[in-house]
Amino acid sequence: MDINYNSEEIVFRDEVRAFFAEKLSPRLSNKVKFGKRLAKADMEEWQKELNDRGWLAPNWPKEWGGAEWSAVQNHIFDEERWAANAPQIMPFGLGMLAPVLIKFGSEEQKSHYLPRMLDGTDWWCQGYSEPGAGSDLASLRTKAERDGDHYIVNGQKTWTTLGHFADWIFCLVRTSNEGKRQQGISFLMIDMNSPGIEVRPIILLDGEHEVNEVFFDNVKVPVENLVGEENMGWTYAKYLLTHERTNTANIGSSLAALASMKEIASRQMKNGKPLSQDPYFAARIAKVEIDLRAMQTTNLRVLVDADSGAAPGPESSMLKVKGTIIRQEINDLARRALGPYALPFSSEAMDEGYNDEPIGPDYANPIASEYFNNRKLSIFAGSNEIQRNIISKTKLGL
Amino acid sequence: MDFNLSDDRRMLSETLSRFLGDKYSIEKRHECAASDDGFSRDMWNEFAELGIVGALFSEENGGFGGGGEDINVVFEQLGRALVVEPFLPTLLAGSLISELGSDAQKEMLEGVISGEKLIAFAHGEPGSRYEIERVTAKAEKAGDGWQLNGNKSVVLGGGAADTLIISARTSGDEDSANGISLFVVDAGAAGLDVRSFGTVDGYPAAEIAMRNVSGELLGNEGEAFEAIEKAYGRATLAVCAEAMGAMDVAKDFTVEYMHQRKQFGVEIGKFQVLQHRMADVLIELEQMRSSIINASGHMNDDRVIRERMVSSAKHLAGRIGRQVAEEAIQIHGGNGMTWEYAVSHYAKRIIMIDHLFGDTDHHLERYISIGA
Ligand SMILES: Cc1cc2nc3c(=O)[nH]c(=O)nc-3n(C[C@H](O)[C@H](O)[C@H](O)COP(=O)(O)OP(=O)(O)OC[C@H]3O[C@@H](n4cnc5c(N)ncnc54)[C@H](O)[C@@H]3O)c2cc1C
Repeated sequence: MDINYNSEEIVFRDEVRAFFAEKLSPRLSNKVKFGKRLAKADMEEWQKELNDRGWLAPNWPKEWGGAEWSAVQNHIFDEERWAANAPQIMPFGLGMLAPVLIKFGSEEQKSHYLPRMLDGTDWWCQGYSEPGAGSDLASLRTKAERDGDHYIVNGQKTWTTLGHFADWIFCLVRTSNEGKRQQGISFLMIDMNSPGIEVRPIILLDGEHEVNEVFFDNVKVPVENLVGEENMGWTYAKYLLTHERTNTANIGSSLAALASMKEIASRQMKNGKPLSQDPYFAARIAKVEIDLRAMQTTNLRVLVDADSGAAPGPESSMLKVKGTIIRQEINDLARRALGPYALPFSSEAMDEGYNDEPIGPDYANPIASEYFNNRKLSIFAGSNEIQRNIISKTKLGL
Repeated sequence: MDFNLSDDRRMLSETLSRFLGDKYSIEKRHECAASDDGFSRDMWNEFAELGIVGALFSEENGGFGGGGEDINVVFEQLGRALVVEPFLPTLLAGSLISELGSDAQKEMLEGVISGEKLIAFAHGEPGSRYEIERVTAKAEKAGDGWQLNGNKSVVLGGGAADTLIISARTSGDEDSANGISLFVVDAGAAGLDVRSFGTVDGYPAAEIAMRNVSGELLGNEGEAFEAIEKAYGRATLAVCAEAMGAMDVAKDFTVEYMHQRKQFGVEIGKFQVLQHRMADVLIELEQMRSSIINASGHMNDDRVIRERMVSSAKHLAGRIGRQVAEEAIQIHGGNGMTWEYAVSHYAKRIIMIDHLFGDTDHHLERYISIGA
């Protein structure tokens, strides 16, 4: 047993660190650090840096421009990127669709779509959930009917993250009502500019436009846009879910948030002393830190297993549940740490050009809002209740 | 023993509840919150006409209530509708004027109760967190009057107030209970800089900076602490009751949603894990209600019992509030995350009440330090 990174992993970590130091502009890292809104152009700028370095799609096979990183390398990168306050890479195309295409797509699909993801030509969004199909995804009803060389798609997707930025959407659609519900589902790629598509914003509780409803009214989709075989979409979606859960434990995000929360606690004063020295608050910090350190190792134990070929199964459900609880607890402590200054909130202050003097400490504005926004972590990507159902069924045989 | 409300209070509660049901939909609430003032002056006048503002003042001060139970009844209803009008600032500043004001100063209460005049209490400071003793703003004698210098932060209702009650130190160390004085300051006073903003849950507040602002002493010089503590106690009870109302509604929304929403072919309310969690919510809400009854019942008792009960209630409001708000969002799934579903706004208010007048940790510590 060796609980430390080996020498190659350390070399890799230093390389990643140096890259961030050199290529991540202070403008971008400050925006991330101070919770400013990222524009699409900001994300594109950063994706380009990563692509130039060959690190935009590190998990892809090298023949498609990937780096074939190990799970541990991915983890190191994730920790470092959060520590450096680098923008998040939107996972929909690069991290979700691409693995499915690489495994199940045709040669034409791979050679057409993969390079366009890397160079930023196409932005993707994920069209799985529907108003009536959330946790019970297999009940989805958006249907695609074959008509000559096309499918005609009718129905509605919802919660589509950044659908308003996207050029393309990959959807699960119903192509058959025969047999089990899971058997009549297909995986279809749809151009967001097709006639008959309408995107409507959903405003979240923090006032932000992050997700959308997407309506399909007789949308014509060429049959070449089917991935794999008709009615096999559920299998591909399940395959994708294992990828969606690779960073599921939120370790990098939690570590960075913990550091920033501790920084806040050391600057906020209580009874004439830094809050971080207050026994009540120090105990709260210590508890979450203890959980997080253990979680870091739980996560690495799963990842190292994955590197030696074991596909993460219910373990990823365990990582999801505990990882999101920890992440949300850190959000909770950050808002607590601010005391009364958690209250003021200005939406304009999240814009890049905003230069007015902040109300309260300059780090305060986004904190409560982030606490509310991150309630999503236990709802999406398989709610924590669904994950616990999976754990009790598959791990405990109950 | 009798845990029923008196007829008067039941009527007050029903009147307010009916009025809010008719006039204060969630859409109306958002409209009030999004307006320039951050609340509606028209609504405020209607509340005053209905006697709801007067219910926060005793008869001798021109009202018809002012006791712990009145506060409890009024604020629970306000919480049920997420009312953004300035009841809390009125209660705070009004308590101080009632307690300490000279006859001349008390004259302004008439205008307050009738809704014409808005008041607020500016006490917290950028570095004071939840300590009510910590006051660094200074007041010095200048001629016949006083001059104030310093900063006040997150002043509820501070932007719209016509008159502010402002605390400042006239002697003693910056964290000493002795040496704090209160001043009546006109909102238009020279040197007073008021910067309004909205809170994350939609209520109006302001940052205040003072440079040689003239004020008139309220109460005795250096002896305001006791009255401030009492006024904070009343306001703390008020937000506990407000949280109670908001939590009860969030619970009802959630249970209703559990009946409506189907996944896997059944109502999600059929899933036992969700049933148990809402059963826990219900148990905790009864605990919350009891601790509010304790606090309002002891509002006029000796400091130790009164303040311990206030801190008990606020400690629970923070702890239980988080549980109720988070469960409400979680069980609503994606819909609980949206602006459109009212439950999210209830959750925000419930959580942010933890940041008013001391959070759950503060009141745990205070409960211990006040002693038995
Ligand atoms: C911010 C955000 C972004 C999202 N982005 C996307 C996206 O880009 N693309 C996309 O396709 N989807 C996206 N989603 C949708 C997300 O995957 C769904 O919200 C999620 O699957 C839950 O579905 P639901 O919201 O319909 O809740 P429901 O499934 O209705 O669940 C409601 C509650 O019931 C519980 N529940 C359900 N079934 C059970 C059960 N069997 N046992 C116990 N409890 C149960 C749930 O855990 C939850 O607490 C996003 C959601 C959010 C909030």
